[in-house]
Amino acid sequence: MYEFKYHRPGTVRQAANLLVKNEDAKVIAGGHTLIPVMKQRLASPPHLVDLSHIEGLDAIEMKGRALVIGATARHAEVATSAIVGEAIPALADLASGIGDPAVRHKGTIGGSLANNDPTADYPAAVLALGATIVTNKRRLKAEEFFQGLFTTALEADEIITKVMFPLPKKAAYIKFRNQASRYALVGVFVARRPSDVRVAVTGAGSEGVFRVTAFEEALKKRFASKALEGIAVPAEGLNSDIHGSAEYRAHLTGVLTRRAVDAANAKA
Amino acid sequence: MAKISLIVNGNPVTANVDPRTLLVQFLRENLKLTGTHVGCDTSQCGACVVHLDGKAVKSCTTLAVMADGHEVKTIEGLAADGAPLHPMQEAFREHHGLQCGFCTPGMIMTAIDIVHRKGHELDDHTIREELEGNLCRCTGYQNIVASISAGAKAMAKSDLA
Repeated sequence: MYEFKYHRPGTVRQAANLLVKNEDAKVIAGGHTLIPVMKQRLASPPHLVDLSHIEGLDAIEMKGRALVIGATARHAEVATSAIVGEAIPALADLASGIGDPAVRHKGTIGGSLANNDPTADYPAAVLALGATIVTNKRRLKAEEFFQGLFTTALEADEIITKVMFPLPKKAAYIKFRNQASRYALVGVFVARRPSDVRVAVTGAGSEGVFRVTAFEEALKKRFASKALEGIAVPAEGLNSDIHGSAEYRAHLTGVLTRRAVDAANAKA
Repeated sequence: MAKISLIVNGNPVTANVDPRTLLVQFLRENLKLTGTHVGCDTSQCGACVVHLDGKAVKSCTTLAVMADGHEVKTIEGLAADGAPLHPMQEAFREHHGLQCGFCTPGMIMTAIDIVHRKGHELDDHTIREELEGNLCRCTGYQNIVASISAGAKAMAKSDLA
């Protein structure tokens, strides 16, 4: 790891000022992606701005008809929160399956989204549920936020402060893990929302998380796994590597979507 | 350099560290607490698990500066020198929950964290699921699971958390 200067701001405003003042500064919260990347010298930020001591930034609460999760809420907190369990149990489920217990004690929702790893779990939930990402500057819709591999709409001095999830009628997340890394080879989040259905897929796309509109239209007509019969996901644009071909991932996307629809129906 | 102050195994510690010092390096090299091990150094194997404010974390993926103002407990902090072992340590000894022993400190710190979160009556399936982030390369899981099951029960009757 290369040298850096460590900063521990007490407010989001202080944190943003530090990002403006120090070129190439990086935000750290749980550190479970950034520290490994820095150890490998794939990143060498001269300044680290630690958000984990900003009071209230990890709050989980209901605001009107939306579940609001603070950026530094840890995966373990989302997984065990009674508020999340009541509002969107599929989201608590998803958080309980990220990494392992020790990783979940450190990793944060804001960190996962800002990093936008193509195999991360949270981006699928945010896109399928139609969440809004709130930053220190503005509000971003999920579809404008994610912009490809490890790329988001965030500007250099922009910090995620919270994520607002509108409540779905039904939802479920199913992932098929890579047996070695335990990351999602494919993960599918299905949400039946008041006005439509969304299907978001992580792990499979070469440009990161994406929606399957053919599935969404069929499920809007009838929210049952049978409605997906005969509809295939094209392999074009999907990842192909030693763990699975694009065709395999396309097939898996269909299988997992059907399982997610069944799981969502079973819960309600 | 950055000045940090934290509590390690109940004792206040103050030190000047390079901000890139990992918590595990600080524990092993500055404080000479070598019970916490570095296995994979990539946050997968769990040999480096310690408790940070009472929760199991991987100290190879935590900066020492991030622990400033916080409380750390390592395997050395479970029982005083010369005193009887912590019930979870005793259970690993009794049930032969180790072969080479390299993963054992991390296994025990994770095991105690499991008990804190899931209680004293743990079925084998729960223990195996919860051990996802701790690797034993002697393939000794059978006895590790038996040790944790017994240690969890024994912790209910002990003053040591």
